[in-house]
Amino acid sequence: MKWYIIKRLLQIIPVILGVTIIAFSLIHLAPGDPARTMLGQHATQQELDAIRAKYGLDKPLYEQYFIWLGNVLHGDLGRSILSHEQVTTEIAARFPNTIELAIAAMIFAVIIGVVAGIISATRQYSAADYTVMGIALFGISMPVFWLGIMLMMIFGVYLRWLPIGGRIDLLIPFHHITGFMVIDSIIALNGPALVSVLQHLILPAVALGTIPMAIIARTTRSSMLEVLRQDFIRTERAKGLSERRVIYKHAIRNALVPVVTVIGLNFGLLLSGAILTETVFSWPGVGRLVVDSVYSRDYPLVIGCILVFALVFVFVNLITDLLYTYIDPRIHYD
Amino acid sequence: MARKRETKTHELIRRFRYNKSAVFGLILILFLVVIAIFAPFIAPQDPTPSPPPLENSLKPGFWSNQSVPGHYLGTDMLGRDVLSRIIYGSRISLTVGFIAVGIATGLGILIGIAAGYYGGWIDNVLMRITDILFAFPSLLLAIVIVAVIGQGLDKAMIAIGIEYSPQMARVMRGSVLYIKEMEYIEAQKAIGSKNRRIIFRHVLPNSLSPVIVYGTLMMAGAILDAAALGFLGLGAQPPSPEWGAMLSESRFYIVSGAWWAATFPGIAIVLAVLGLNLLGDGLRDILDPRLKE
Repeated sequence: MKWYIIKRLLQIIPVILGVTIIAFSLIHLAPGDPARTMLGQHATQQELDAIRAKYGLDKPLYEQYFIWLGNVLHGDLGRSILSHEQVTTEIAARFPNTIELAIAAMIFAVIIGVVAGIISATRQYSAADYTVMGIALFGISMPVFWLGIMLMMIFGVYLRWLPIGGRIDLLIPFHHITGFMVIDSIIALNGPALVSVLQHLILPAVALGTIPMAIIARTTRSSMLEVLRQDFIRTERAKGLSERRVIYKHAIRNALVPVVTVIGLNFGLLLSGAILTETVFSWPGVGRLVVDSVYSRDYPLVIGCILVFALVFVFVNLITDLLYTYIDPRIHYD
Repeated sequence: MARKRETKTHELIRRFRYNKSAVFGLILILFLVVIAIFAPFIAPQDPTPSPPPLENSLKPGFWSNQSVPGHYLGTDMLGRDVLSRIIYGSRISLTVGFIAVGIATGLGILIGIAAGYYGGWIDNVLMRITDILFAFPSLLLAIVIVAVIGQGLDKAMIAIGIEYSPQMARVMRGSVLYIKEMEYIEAQKAIGSKNRRIIFRHVLPNSLSPVIVYGTLMMAGAILDAAALGFLGLGAQPPSPEWGAMLSESRFYIVSGAWWAATFPGIAIVLAVLGLNLLGDGLRDILDPRLKE
């Protein structure tokens, strides 16, 4: 087990290096002069000379890469062309918003998905089963941005139950501590802020969580059906355990093993979806930032956002793998 | 020989007909293909009239008594007919899906065969590269490519094609690895066939089922991603009647009650993606029972 963890950690090093190479090559692949790519079209000659010296733009490419990587490792990703802020500052301000949205969406997806999957499997071929599977099928075929707009229209515009965008009612006083607004309002014991933050969180989280929810429901169902057919379940039933106990004590535990992997694998989907959900709900996250910066050709920001997304994704995949081997010790690590 | 092949095809068709959801998916897709081909004859109005009939801006459709005759699903903010734009949009989405998957399949087959058939360091290098590409959430990879090659529908197609190529490469590689161990390949090697002959005559034709299955499912993803890029303003540009771009343009008007212009393009996307997902799942059950979940 220990060796497996070490091996898995070593494995991600080339992947992370590869990701940084792709991010770095954007500087050169983007049309035009690399110095202008980093500074924008309104840079002065002086600034251009400074950036050429800083990144060694007259040196061979591999040397440039190591200079750039050195800067990145020191947390220096350059400055945004539009705002002239440090890229790291810009991203740090938005990153907690994206993570908060992703976690809320995942909580929704896991709870509803697992419950729906279990209901479906224990009542196979019933009306409830067909309903759940029908919704799940539509769920995986639905564009997340359209679902977001529909939810916004129904619950925001017509019913007026929930706000249609943003993170918090701007009239409510709020102080940033960690950047995670749910946590911040709890720490500050700021009741009205917490209510407002949660109200703003519901629609984006449901929109973003629906596709993973559908996939989790389908996986849980098929995994549960498989477990229920196995010998040890028959033994439990033969022992005279109540059906309830068989399902909740024994079957679910075994059925959830593949579900854990599916949750991890779907995190990428969630990050892609976050880009779209943030656009629909004017959510000030990294997803919206990357689209805006591609649009305005703010390459330092594009590169920063790409690195953050890829690193988060690699990290989550690593955790999923490790968690999976922990939960299911039958997996051999060689 | 010819007779035997025919029975095999017949058997596949018979199995396909028993798969209700696959048949339903196929019908949905054929329906969309017919609409796309005959768009000019079916669409009641011009999808991009110029100048736009602004006097008809945001008029509801058949369900309302304020509707304008000839605009069954209402009009968008520029007074253009929503139904006609959706009908023309099917051409764009199906083309994008088809070309993007074509690019992904072409690249994927090349990489997959090189990695799977030759193995060794070639395999190692190619698979490490796909590992790196897999480190990007899929839509983000397309956005990165768009950041380099620029915005627009044609570029979105290329970006989505590249986005799906590592997946196709993995599928192809797995399939090649499996077939490589078969006895008939060994026999070919024993009689001294050249690698190229073995690959094109034996390995490739026998590994096509997973390519067809995953190609169908990827087309669903490609259509979704193309719509997503259009929605983000990085794909098809106005006044193109691309479904994602239509949604993006009209979503701000839902606040004033004009729900139709943003709702119907989304339903069109759902139908196309649902059809391809059902068809892909069905084909998987029929062509490749090994892949069944």
